[in-house]
Amino acid sequence: MERNNQLQRQVALMRQSLFDQGYLDEQFVQLEELQDDTNPNFVEEVVTLYYRDSARLIASIEQALDKSPLDFNKLDSYMHQFKGSSSSIGGRKVKTECSQFREYCRTGNGEGCIRTFQQVKREYSTLRKKLEAYFQLARQAGPRGAASRST
Amino acid sequence: MASPSTRIDDGHDMDSVNSGLMREKLSVLVVDNDALVRKVHEKIVSKLKVAKQVQIQTATNGKEALDLHLSGSSFDIILMDMQMPIMDGTEATKELRAMGVESMIVGVTSADARADKEAFTEAGLDQCLAKPLTADKIKSLVETLEKNK
Repeated sequence: MERNNQLQRQVALMRQSLFDQGYLDEQFVQLEELQDDTNPNFVEEVVTLYYRDSARLIASIEQALDKSPLDFNKLDSYMHQFKGSSSSIGGRKVKTECSQFREYCRTGNGEGCIRTFQQVKREYSTLRKKLEAYFQLARQAGPRGAASRST
Repeated sequence: MASPSTRIDDGHDMDSVNSGLMREKLSVLVVDNDALVRKVHEKIVSKLKVAKQVQIQTATNGKEALDLHLSGSSFDIILMDMQMPIMDGTEATKELRAMGVESMIVGVTSADARADKEAFTEAGLDQCLAKPLTADKIKSLVETLEKNK
């Protein structure tokens, strides 16, 4: 029982740090509020869909960045989708980098796109690692009671 | 091609104060090529308890939405994404209105879609909302639906 309480506390702290460090925003809380007994893994299911979408889009963008000349419309379209997905799960830092990439697409700045894409991938990779660790700990801790969900 | 999916939620046993005044049925079509967005919007609608029975269907693009209507389906609210492959939201909205569909069609766009948003609205939307949708935004759509009955 004590061990479980300790785990629950760790989960809560880990969750809070994701918001405090700017990795997640309010949209993640919206997802949590949709989770209930009929769908107790809703948030993790949505985030898993995000990983799947992200892998596909990152591969497409990498391919598109390899071509010469760069097709900025295509790049922008892919990044628009990636930004949308990231936004849907509350991925704040990833979303910011996606916006920067799109700005470089708009101005036709290929070097800027290539440089910013590395940032996008870095932020995505960090977010994914942190979320995977969070959900793993949450699963160990088991379902929580009336824990506060404030950001 | 993914086939449209249907989900029915029976809101009978909830503790809403206004359950006596609640509409009998609400049918919603979620049109979006992004599976993540479809899942989230479907969940938001199903949790709302704005009707005794909530029926939700999804479609992955404008053509699927059109095909549903051509096969006889109708909906109270259509949540239509703007950018989709095969047939986008603007074209699908134009086609639906040309078919005589009078349902509430709500465009769903990302915040930075300014340029195309005008054409989308002019295609026949009742409203255009920014992604991601929230429970409050959808509740307000149902309230508008009730007002316009």
